[in-house]
Amino acid sequence: MHADPKGVLTGVHFIDGDHAACEGALAAGCRFVAGYPITPSTEVVERFAARIPQVGGMFIQMEDEIASSIAILGGAWAGKKVMTVTSGPGLSLMMEHIGYAAITETPCVIVDVQRGGPSTGLPTLPAQADMMQVRWGSHGDYMPIALSPNSPQECFDLMIKAFNLAEVYRVPVFFMMDEVVGHMTERVAIPAASEIDVVERHFTTKKPGEYKVFGTNGSMVPEMTKAGDGHRIHVTGLTHDERGYPAMNPAAQDKLLRRLLDKVNNHNGELVDVRMDGVEGADVVVVSFGITSRVAAAAIESARRKGLKVGHLRLIICWPFPAKLIVELAGKVKSFVVPELNMGQMVLEVERAVAGRARVISVPHAGGTVHEPAVIESAIMEAAR
Amino acid sequence: MSSEWTNPELIERYGIENPVMPYLRQDRLPHIWCPGCGIGTTVNCFTRALTESGLDLDQVAIVSGIGCTGRVAGYMNLDSFHTTHGRAIPFATGLKLANPKLKVVVYSGDGDLTAIGGNHFVHAARRNMDLMIVCVNNFTYGMTGGQVAPTTPIGPTQTTMPYGNFENPFNLPFLADACGAVYVARWTIFHVRQLAKAMKEGLAKKGFVFIEAMSPCPTLYSRRNRLGDGVDQVKYYKERSILRNGADTKEVGLAYQGDIIVGKFVDRERPTWMESMNEHLGRVLGDKYTPYGA
Ligand SMILES: Cc1ncc(C[n+]2csc(CCOP(=O)(O)OP(=O)(O)O)c2C)c(N)n1
Ligand code: SF4
Ligand SMILES: [Mg+2]
Repeated sequence: MHADPKGVLTGVHFIDGDHAACEGALAAGCRFVAGYPITPSTEVVERFAARIPQVGGMFIQMEDEIASSIAILGGAWAGKKVMTVTSGPGLSLMMEHIGYAAITETPCVIVDVQRGGPSTGLPTLPAQADMMQVRWGSHGDYMPIALSPNSPQECFDLMIKAFNLAEVYRVPVFFMMDEVVGHMTERVAIPAASEIDVVERHFTTKKPGEYKVFGTNGSMVPEMTKAGDGHRIHVTGLTHDERGYPAMNPAAQDKLLRRLLDKVNNHNGELVDVRMDGVEGADVVVVSFGITSRVAAAAIESARRKGLKVGHLRLIICWPFPAKLIVELAGKVKSFVVPELNMGQMVLEVERAVAGRARVISVPHAGGTVHEPAVIESAIMEAAR
Repeated sequence: MSSEWTNPELIERYGIENPVMPYLRQDRLPHIWCPGCGIGTTVNCFTRALTESGLDLDQVAIVSGIGCTGRVAGYMNLDSFHTTHGRAIPFATGLKLANPKLKVVVYSGDGDLTAIGGNHFVHAARRNMDLMIVCVNNFTYGMTGGQVAPTTPIGPTQTTMPYGNFENPFNLPFLADACGAVYVARWTIFHVRQLAKAMKEGLAKKGFVFIEAMSPCPTLYSRRNRLGDGVDQVKYYKERSILRNGADTKEVGLAYQGDIIVGKFVDRERPTWMESMNEHLGRVLGDKYTPYGA
């Protein structure tokens, strides 16, 4: 399907990442946003509030992030593509509803414009320190999807992908920006609606009585319906069977959890999205994501000029983590360097995949600004030794 | 889905005449509620209200939070959502705003709606969100074993108030009224006709409707405080209820086993959140704006 032209602001714009993310959501067909203001994410909802009355849809500023994060789930069960937008403290408040979205398989996009933490931390300054929170923050086992853009253009492009993935997998999809990407202004080219592919919700064509709200018929992801379509569905956060009825026993729990995890983890490569540059034949591979990838690229250039064979592997999709790819590389390279704006989060995934077969050097940063390229470069030099 | 009896075992047990059955998910019965619990009685009233409302039941959705009362959604043969503790109102807000054609009912407990969910309650009332709220008030946290609730009167013991409650309780009709609800009523499960009628009126009303249904929890609240069984509580409701339609909600607070002012306290008109939005944006944006949900 092509994008609905009503939501697409075709043309070349000079806008920041927050504004571009909002345009991406509109182009993707998002027509329901509930949010609560928090720096550095607020511009996303401010723009949505200004744009949506003329596009046709709904924005509401709720009383807090707990409310926002479940209002969108109500919106999704009424048939809309939905999003909420926040930053650290707000994300912490949303955690119960990440789990509710996961167990009820409610498609939604949650934008996290990351700032320094913990707690109120650094409201106006960048970090990438929520990476593990989005993976593990709600209680119980589940598997979300998370994407990490590094420019305003990608805030637009990848947002469409985020919405499409939410529909295909029916999981909460996190859009992991940071303060720098959110607030940097760059050229953003928005194509014609006819050049934007969007995935529409897969609504069932089954009649009431034939349809089971969580029935899978061999596929991993159930067909959806919406309130008002006559299916008289029941949706609960309790462990449930295919009818959506509570089924609180170990067998039902095992069946449901395995499917919820497998539907994402057994993706056959469709959820591997990385950008690789000079990885073939490299001695050292830098693994980075988001804003840090731009700093890393400068460090890598400089190291290459000094004759080192350095590759760059940038994660576009961070969760699920492309472990298989890292396993393959681990047999070929000497070391990995992992710079990130946190005290060492995604490096744990790299170490897990490498499993001792190569050296892994973490380049942590407490946040508040980006790395000095020289710090990453000296880690590369160390790694090449 | 079929509106007939489908479960032969239940036909056997309750007889074909039971008018409530078609509204329930018969394949989910028996329910979890204790003997003498009042929640089921409120559900009876609700089904009667649905019948008399003339609403297309495919367009009615019910949303609950967590608790004994929170299980109501799961038994109703409607589009039904059992959400998280305290968050039925914001979920229902999302459902309603995303599909304004739905009639959305929130059905939950006193703790769910006014302790953990209190913030959502006051803001939804302030906005005049078009939702009907049924609050089953049993003065306790039933599901978790009888802890103190924001509605527990001063005096009785609760597991977390082992020496008797000393916290001042909410007067729920006053709270709803002060926050802007357009319809506020209180009945007990003794008043089945009046409760059903209030629910019917609530279903027909646009805006934030609040109905408090006083209901016994014999297993926890009554037993702990030696108040007898469910029937004894209904006797108390009968003896001590005082009908006062239009009462000043300030005056309807409840004391432990004291008088119960019942009636319809508030019935007024105010534009709903969505009506206000459409009216306002239409005025400011003119032709550029197409009314939402029209
Ligand atoms: C976030 C969260 N906190 C606590 C609980 C535990 N819990 C479940 S129901 C409940 C109270 C229910 O009381 P009420 O809303 O009055 O419903 P009742 O059972 O009395 O009908 C609590 C505290 C929970 N499920 N979720
Ligand atoms: S514990 Fe109390 S409120 Fe819960 S079902 Fe039993 S009697 Fe009803
Ligand atoms: Mg209660």
